[in-house]
Amino acid sequence: MSTNGNGSNGKEVVQKGADETSVEGIGGNVSGAGPSPESEPGSVTAGKAAPPPGKLTKADFSSDQEVRWCPGCGDYAILNSVQKVMPDLGIPREKIVFVSGIGCSSRFPYYMNTYGFHTIHGRAPALATGIKASNPELSVWVVTGDGDGLSIGGNHFMHAIRRNLDLNIILFNNRIYGLTKGQYSPTSEFGKKTKSTPMGVIDYPVTPLSLAIASEATFVARAIDIDVKHLSSIVESAAKHKGVSFVEVYQNCNIFNDGAFEHFTERTVRPERVLYLEHGKPMVFGKNRDRGIRMNGTRPEVIQLGGETGLNESDCLVHDMHIEDPSVAFMLARMEQPEFPQPVGIFRDVRRETYEDLLAHQIEESIARTGRGQLHKLIHSGDMWVVE
Amino acid sequence: MSAIIENPPVEGRERDVEEVETVTIRFAGDSGDGMQLTGTQFTNTSAIVGNDISTLPDFPAEIRAPAGSLPGVSGFQLNFSSRDIRTPGDQPNVLVAMNPAALKVNLPDLEDGGTLLVNTDEFNKENLKKANYASNPLEDDTLKGYRVHRLPISTVNIRALQEAGVKLSRKEMDRCKNFFALGILYWLYDRPMEPTLEWIRSKFKKNEEVMRANEVALKTGYNFADTTEVFTTHYKVKKAATAPGKYRKITGNEATAIGFITAAELAGRPLFYGSYPITPASDILHELARHKNFGVKTFQAEDEIAAVCAAIGASFTGHVGLTGTSGPGVALKQEAIGLAVMTELPLVIVNVQRGGPSTGLPTKTEQADLFQAVWGRNGECPAIVIAPATPAECFSMAIEAVRLAYRYMTPVFYLSDGYLANGAEPWLVPEIEDLPKIDVRFADDPANFMPYARDEETLARPYALPGTPGLEHRIGGIEKQHLTGNVNYDPENHHFMVLMRQAKVDRAAQDIPAVEVYGDPTGKVLVLGWGSTYGSITSAVEKLRAEGKSVSSAHLRHLNPFPSNLGDVLRSFERVIVPEMNLGQLCTMIRAKYLVDAVPFSKVKGRPFQIREIAKKVEEYL
Repeated sequence: MSTNGNGSNGKEVVQKGADETSVEGIGGNVSGAGPSPESEPGSVTAGKAAPPPGKLTKADFSSDQEVRWCPGCGDYAILNSVQKVMPDLGIPREKIVFVSGIGCSSRFPYYMNTYGFHTIHGRAPALATGIKASNPELSVWVVTGDGDGLSIGGNHFMHAIRRNLDLNIILFNNRIYGLTKGQYSPTSEFGKKTKSTPMGVIDYPVTPLSLAIASEATFVARAIDIDVKHLSSIVESAAKHKGVSFVEVYQNCNIFNDGAFEHFTERTVRPERVLYLEHGKPMVFGKNRDRGIRMNGTRPEVIQLGGETGLNESDCLVHDMHIEDPSVAFMLARMEQPEFPQPVGIFRDVRRETYEDLLAHQIEESIARTGRGQLHKLIHSGDMWVVE
Repeated sequence: MSAIIENPPVEGRERDVEEVETVTIRFAGDSGDGMQLTGTQFTNTSAIVGNDISTLPDFPAEIRAPAGSLPGVSGFQLNFSSRDIRTPGDQPNVLVAMNPAALKVNLPDLEDGGTLLVNTDEFNKENLKKANYASNPLEDDTLKGYRVHRLPISTVNIRALQEAGVKLSRKEMDRCKNFFALGILYWLYDRPMEPTLEWIRSKFKKNEEVMRANEVALKTGYNFADTTEVFTTHYKVKKAATAPGKYRKITGNEATAIGFITAAELAGRPLFYGSYPITPASDILHELARHKNFGVKTFQAEDEIAAVCAAIGASFTGHVGLTGTSGPGVALKQEAIGLAVMTELPLVIVNVQRGGPSTGLPTKTEQADLFQAVWGRNGECPAIVIAPATPAECFSMAIEAVRLAYRYMTPVFYLSDGYLANGAEPWLVPEIEDLPKIDVRFADDPANFMPYARDEETLARPYALPGTPGLEHRIGGIEKQHLTGNVNYDPENHHFMVLMRQAKVDRAAQDIPAVEVYGDPTGKVLVLGWGSTYGSITSAVEKLRAEGKSVSSAHLRHLNPFPSNLGDVLRSFERVIVPEMNLGQLCTMIRAKYLVDAVPFSKVKGRPFQIREIAKKVEEYL
């Protein structure tokens, strides 16, 4: 549990405000050097009245911090979806931790009225690993971006995923570095001109889902920032999946990479250019549901349904997100506009024992085998002798 | 057998038993010859018979450099005595050289007139060439001035095993020759074979033939020395007059590992160890991984950064967050350690220092990461820094590290080094009830909770664990607003918080013991040290004081902040000399802080100081 019974009693805490607090140290007295109280909106949730019993609402998950993303940023929609889903998960607020790295998306924890840890660039999955492994009761969320998660944090991304801790990782992919003002990212298109690539990007981009699948992810999904309803359902499924959940969200950066996904996410073209994967259903898309995906040898292809083609839904590939073999999920992850509709939804959802459970089992097994460790025995062992 | 006897004993003369106080032996051979094992067995037996002991393993970074080559030489030095000793000995009195390369590398260290045991079987053309010997040192003047025992260890060993009917290949039988050599040394220094026989029986219980072969090799070696009259004398080293109690032979890394398990138990919190394998720290990971029944969670991370980040995450949830590595690993962890400074979470970073910079000398010792620990991060980023002085002290300093980390909600560096890590000494094992409990308090009251409020005494912020209702808050690496912990860019607040974090670490001085002076409290010279130089410094000062010299010593376990009385101590002497296995890092720090005219005494050779080196240096100032 969280307390040891001593509570926070004992010592009076200094809460006088900085200008009354004398800090003795290398700089001597710093009286008068206190912070200006109105520098930021005030904010700790703690101290607020506890939420009334019964179901929490979206508002219970909004912190009182002013959200500071650029107006029109896709991050707002994602924040909104996550806050909306939270009450439905039935997890007490205090058991939820949002962990992030560095970048625009990584400011996310400040806006969630839960526990939060805004860490350092690329390392959120590693911090989250320590949090989840040491306290499996917590619902741990990692919020990252294409730069934070795939570039500087690429190593942790892969290893946190392959360990299959029960983490929910949401990667905001806007195909650009926003916080540093417009350099290309690992998901930027080949040839793209950015501040750091005036003649065009000459490295080939990665597909986040391919990386996640190759890293043995047990839950892999993709959603679009402005399709709030679908995004919410994906977030909810991710939360309910026991094991690592990886969700890529196509997120528009309207300042440095506006319209990066517009050619298929825009409302009017979306039905023709986006494939919504649904478990157990044939892969069909189009406003009139008149096109589908089927296998042609080892490759997928788009087929026209109905009319003179003689083809119908039963000719299409049926989505099975529970297949252990990741090949089909990988293939789907590689399908891209304009040759294919851009797939979104849950690509893969399989069960595998989690790292934290396996760790706990080893501890239990060790105790079962040798008994709970006794300090005396630990210290008084090895090569010993007695001097009379 | 007469061919191998350097000085044939006078016919019929009884061999003498001579009593000696202290003996330093170095076992040297190829890295596949089992010299570490041989040395360890001799050490254990010596400890059991009541000698004081101190050891220095010295092995190559390569697991198996080419057999017989100079880089492949592995050594193990052991000092055992009937009096109190603190170092593995300046110079070996006895050198066991299992091949020409071992002789070549180690002979320069053997004392003049010292005893040399050579396995002559390995001195063939090929091995001599590998060791860069133009002519056979057994046949020229190379060994003049030493007491040389030329022993065909390999052939006698194999013959004995064959005669005993051991059913192993020739190669396998040859691997037992280290036990044969050990047997000789057991006879020579009058040690019982039983502890090693017991060890062999338990170690090889699943392979009876190997068990028997090693037993035979050990006993034959012993009998060979006893009956062949190779040696005119054998030696007795009496029990040391140590304080009564239960002792355990322990290396620094073992003491570090069980020290942190103990600290976690004393704090009533589970231990989480995040680490990435690195020499010479990996043994801590191995040892901790064996103790899951204490609830210890060990996490072998994908890299050094993940290791420390996971430890910070664990600390955030209330575990004892610990990460361990060597200098190159710390270089990678520093940004994350800065995060722990900013978020004011308890964290302990173990640095088992090795030769640097870069990959440096992975298996050799050095103390050159002090600046890295004190000042090695971006921004004004203070952390507490402590350092054990002896292998056994690694235990108590682990408890000290955790105590300070919790009390001041701060990262604490624990600077061990390769010499402490692998060196062994007797440890007077404490009783559990004598160990101090570590007080850990968590916030649990939502009324007026402020994540960056301060404890009046320590300036520590409250420790509020995820899972505690009503205390939901966010922390991170961006500057914090005083009290609220909100993101804050205000210049006055930043200045204030920088001072606050420094003041908090400075406050820890109120909680650390005063530095003690060994010898007179005032005088001509003070020898100031930290870390593993303790043994050499103290023994050198002891020797000089016995000669009536005005010299004292002081040894720092706390390097940031310093003990409160340090300035007074330094100013009580005309000169301060600071021996360090670096270019004067502590020396620079005390000169800067106390304006004393301290002089550095540097040695950066991957080897500890010898007692006489320090004594000689000090005499220059007397």
